[in-house]
Order: sequence, then structure tokens, then C-alpha cells
Amino acid sequence: MASILNVGQLAEGFVLDHIEAGKSMEIYKYLNLDKLDCTVAIIKNARSEKMGKKDILKIECPIDFIDLNVLGFIDHNITVNIVKDEKIVEKMTLTLPKEIRNIIKCKNPRCITSIEQELDHIFLLTDPEKEVYRCKYCEEKYNRKKNK
Amino acid sequence: MRHVMSPLDFSVGELDKLLDLASDIEKNPAKYAHACDGKVLATLFYEPSTRTRLSFESAMIHLGGQVLGFSNAASSSAAKGESVSDTIRMISCYADICAMRHPKEGAPMVATAVSSIPVINAGDGGHQHPTQTLTDLMTIRSLKGRLNHLTIGLCGDLKFGRTVHSLINALVRYEDISFVFISPDELRIPDYIREDVLDAKGISYQEVERLEDVIGGLDLLYMTRVQRERFFNEEDYVRLKDFYILDKKKMALANENMLVLHPLPRVNEISVEVDSDPRAAYFKQVQYGVYVRMALILTLLEVEV
Repeated sequence: MASILNVGQLAEGFVLDHIEAGKSMEIYKYLNLDKLDCTVAIIKNARSEKMGKKDILKIECPIDFIDLNVLGFIDHNITVNIVKDEKIVEKMTLTLPKEIRNIIKCKNPRCITSIEQELDHIFLLTDPEKEVYRCKYCEEKYNRKKNK
Repeated sequence: MRHVMSPLDFSVGELDKLLDLASDIEKNPAKYAHACDGKVLATLFYEPSTRTRLSFESAMIHLGGQVLGFSNAASSSAAKGESVSDTIRMISCYADICAMRHPKEGAPMVATAVSSIPVINAGDGGHQHPTQTLTDLMTIRSLKGRLNHLTIGLCGDLKFGRTVHSLINALVRYEDISFVFISPDELRIPDYIREDVLDAKGISYQEVERLEDVIGGLDLLYMTRVQRERFFNEEDYVRLKDFYILDKKKMALANENMLVLHPLPRVNEISVEVDSDPRAAYFKQVQYGVYVRMALILTLLEVEV
């Protein structure tokens, strides 16, 4: 599988491997890659011994351009390879982020986020074990496990 | 600068200090009569409230300060579509401190992000109502002499009743507290209180439907109103509003030292015949509410007397 990744072609950036098949566009959106002027390769349904099928994202950009914390919320099984000078310099372990911003929306109709202009939807991790997040403003619960 | 969004913003030690100050104000009101001369409190009330707003205004006036504000959203710029953030930026130029009530949960917290004056949450939707909790704590401490070793019954609307949620959050920090929740199935306490507060801290509690079955074992009975504005439809409100009514007959089953508290206004959940019972503490609560708000204003404005 390593030859499929073709990491050598990236001077600097990320290779996101072991993405659940079909989820790469979702991650593309969450990472706001459409707003970045950089080269992105999306590989869908690549063969995988471990997963059967998987997606891969290759992103060529300075490594401080993207906040990868959100990946921990989307799927912490994704493998993140950080590439510098055409070599993998680090494999990042993903954990649940303590705070997520504008990734999920508060569904409580009584929450201030439903009317206040340009207010970020912020959720805070309140129970890492049960993977529970709560809206910063109204404490509405979002259970990541149940919403997968 | 400090804001108050929830009763948990204060540690138990800080709460003790605040309640001590409130007790001193009760005993020596003249000492504090000019403590806030030249200071202005803004009361930003986006939904109707008599008690809380007047209590804040009374508190500031008794400290020698002045008050400005609005008492419903229609008479504010919110009716023209102004955001909470913009309103508080403007109010910060007019006042030294503000109390905000808003129907949307989390609105006062939005204000804190841009405010240059202390913001007090005076009730945000069904979420938090910290100054009512401070009032409740002061009433309990003043009349019971303690905030620990208590069995507290909470009756009525426990789902939407923000005073109930705030009070539970505050009381679980004291030793040997147990709760009895008395409500119809539709109005039981929300999951987040049950799971994250009570179960997580190993607090003893039971949930029952009949007040008569448990009133005899309570040190304190906290009654709440079934609020019309918290329901999405009139039919549900009419069906549930008369579910629990405290009267002389039920009071006869309670022990002689049990206190009855209520955040007010009541509709008919406490019969007027109970008002003359020495255990009825809900009107004393109103007076304690002024003292504790005076103490809060002094604390947030960092005024030493």
C-alpha cells in the first residue's frame, strides 16, 4: 500500500490515511480545504488490507496551515502522516478535541446560537469517556458515539 | 473583571463570603447606603420579569447607585434586530454593571465575550438563574442555619424550571445533601442534571409522583410554578399546571421545621391558606433576594465598605 500513497511527491504537507471509505469529501469540507490554495489529492475506495476499502487525502501545504484537531472528533482512527522535505517526519495520534467550533450545530431551539448573528457554534468536551460534548452556551448535549 | 453566569462560578468559600456580606447588609443597611454612589446598573430584560428586575433595581438603589434599562425586548433595539453583542457594547458605555435576562439560553454568556462591564445572568431561558440560587441559598442558610445535612424536596416543573437546575448544582457541593424530586413524568429533571451532576457525584436522590408520600421526610420543600411560556402548546400546559398543589392538608403531613420555598410568582401551586403557616418562607425569600443582590453588586464592582 505504501507505493499507492506515493508520499515522495509531497514536499510538505499531510497524508491522511485509513479514512473510512466515502468520508474523504466530508473531511475535505471540515478542514476547509476548498478555501486553501494548495494541491489536494483525494483517493477514494483504495484497497486496504485492514479496512477492505478506504479513502486517502494528500494535502500539500505548510504544516501549520491546517488545524487537524477536528479530525479527532470526526474519526480518531485516521492515520495522520506529517511530511516535510518529502519524508514522513511524524505520525500524529488523534484524540478527541476539547473544543470544536462550527463543526456541529446546536439543535436546541432555545439556544442563543439560533438567533445571534455570526455566532460560532462551540461545543466543549464534558465527558471524554462517553464522548459527550455540550454546547458552550446552553449545555445542549451532543453524544458523538450515538451520532456516528 | 468578573461575570456571573452560573452559581458554580463561585467556589464554596467565595459563596460563604458573599452570603456573609449579605447577612451583614441585612444587619447594618445604613453602612452600605452610599457604597455605590455614582455607579449605574443596567437592567437588560428581554422578557418580562417583575421580581428579579425590581430586586436588582432595589438592590442598587439601596446601595446609593442608579438604574437604567429596559423591561422587554419590544422596547429595546432587539426589536430592530440588534444582536446581544452589539447591545452590550453600547450598554458598556452607559453603565458600570449589568443584569441580563434573555429568553435564549446562553445569551448572557455571549455578552461576556465583548462586555467591558461585569455581566450578571438574571435568567437565560430554561437554563440558569444564578441570583435566584444565591437568594435560595441565603434563605436556607439564614433560616436553617446551615447548607449541609439536608433532605430537599423539589416539586412541580423540574424539567424547564431553571431555578431548580441552578439550586441542585449549587447544593451538591455541600455535605450530606439528598434530593426528592416530585413531578409528573413529563416534567422530570433533565438527563444532564441526573447523569452529569447527581450520578457523577454520587448524590442520593429519588424521583416520585406524589407529594403526600414524601413530604414527611423533608427538611425543605421547594415548590415551582408550571410556567406557561416554557410549553410549546397550550394543551400540555392546561393538562399539567394543576398537578401539584400544596395546601394545609399536605402541610399537616410535614415536620414542624420544614421550610417551604418558592421562587415566585406562584399561580395556584401553593394555596393562600399556607401563607400564614410559620414554615412558609417564600415571602422572606424575596427580602433575602435584595440583600444577596446588593452583596453581589458590591463584590463584582469590587467596592469595599
